[in-house]
Amino acid sequence: MIKVNDIVKSFDGAVVLNHISTELKDGQVNMIIGQSGSGKTVLMKSLIGLHKVDSGQILFDDRNIAQMSEKEIRALHREVGMLFQGSALFDSMSVIENVMYPLEMFSDMSKEQIVERAQFCLRRVDMPERAFNLMPSEISGGMQKRVAIARAISMNPKYLFCDEPNSGLDPKTSLIIDQLIHDITREFNICTIVNSHDMNSIMEIGDHIVFLKGGVKEWEGSRHEIFHSGNEALNDFVFASELYKKVQTAALKDHPTD
Amino acid sequence: MKDLIRHFGEYILLMGKVFHLPDRQRMFWRQYSRELEKQGLQSLPIIVIISLFIGAILTIQTKINTENPLLPIYTTGLLTRETLLLEFSSTILCLILAGKVGSNIASEIGTMRITEQIDAMEIMGVNSANYLILPKICSFLTMMPFLVIISITVGLIGGYGVGLFTDVITVHDYVIGIQYAFNPYFVWYAIIKSLVFGFIITSFSSYYGYYAYGGALDVGKASTKAVVNSNILILFADLLLTKLLL
Repeated sequence: MIKVNDIVKSFDGAVVLNHISTELKDGQVNMIIGQSGSGKTVLMKSLIGLHKVDSGQILFDDRNIAQMSEKEIRALHREVGMLFQGSALFDSMSVIENVMYPLEMFSDMSKEQIVERAQFCLRRVDMPERAFNLMPSEISGGMQKRVAIARAISMNPKYLFCDEPNSGLDPKTSLIIDQLIHDITREFNICTIVNSHDMNSIMEIGDHIVFLKGGVKEWEGSRHEIFHSGNEALNDFVFASELYKKVQTAALKDHPTD
Repeated sequence: MKDLIRHFGEYILLMGKVFHLPDRQRMFWRQYSRELEKQGLQSLPIIVIISLFIGAILTIQTKINTENPLLPIYTTGLLTRETLLLEFSSTILCLILAGKVGSNIASEIGTMRITEQIDAMEIMGVNSANYLILPKICSFLTMMPFLVIISITVGLIGGYGVGLFTDVITVHDYVIGIQYAFNPYFVWYAIIKSLVFGFIITSFSSYYGYYAYGGALDVGKASTKAVVNSNILILFADLLLTKLLL
């Protein structure tokens, strides 16, 4: 579990994260949502330790990353998997080499065990075997995302961070990637944090949602509570499209007291 | 001035991250051997071609400019050899390699930076600067003495070719010239200089690539800056080393 206690982060005097607190639990998909410029990327980077916060605590199972040295953060990072917006696969390595890379760097496994583990991870994300030896540039964007997920889970991470996992993907592939993130979170009991403004993802897999506006936590709750939040800023953001307005109306009609 | 100090500070901090024991020796050696091939062996054709032609051109120009019955027959060969040893095969060769190897390193690392591949390594807990840059520096420094010696040899062969295929100079005069008053220290001088220049090329190009940000255009700019600044630094270092070593 990751506990965020009252963190503040500013750049050149401009406060980007203003006294944010929340709990991101294991085995659930925690989503950080908000408009562009709301501070969600800064929050995610602060959680991972790429930004040092000005004040407050970020506790990875009671270990405060804000007080860690660079070496300690690096050691903690070995428990973290990350799915980047652009996949960030190493383009000089084949698909399977990408997944083997963290294992070769940090595990004590033999070569055969590393290959086996990489194959297992790739199969788990439904990568066809014929693609194992292809280069990242030779596979589709959706497949690249799958490989990135396989690489992220190869070291059995406790925490999985996903930055805009659906960006650049078609709706069907987005749905598959969302489902994969959801299933992997449950299967391996990972604390997953997803940074997104894709409403479909939020409604599909968001177990716990943190809504940011202007660097302030405006609302938090589950995707089921989102229809009845009563928070104007959240409603403005979530039900911006006509389709979701209709969905909200229908939901409120069906379960007015939920 | 403020920018210069900032760049210098960032460069020193980066080198502090680079010069550590690698996380995994096996991975280091794998990268090292790849870089030997990429930076060293793949630079050989261009070095051979340029050295061969420059050796031949130097011989012709020296002969034309020293056409005087009072000058001894060994003058052309001697001057060709000294020019190759003292300046061409160390300094000029490194200026050429700054263009080839330097831009390659800066664009490779810069692309990795803007496509978040370096961030991905950092998140995995890898010391990305150490993993990416140290093998490049070590492999290039390993290859430099060989490249310099090959360049000197091929340059001399170029001059020999002029004697063999033209009537500018006789082979006999040229061979006497390149053997006359040979000082082996000049070979060491060329090698020492090339090692310093090799470090400048790899470390500065890596620095510009590592701190690249933005898009493809910015990687191009970082690559250009890497080449231009490496060239300027090589010339400064050349002046300093010439004063110190000769």
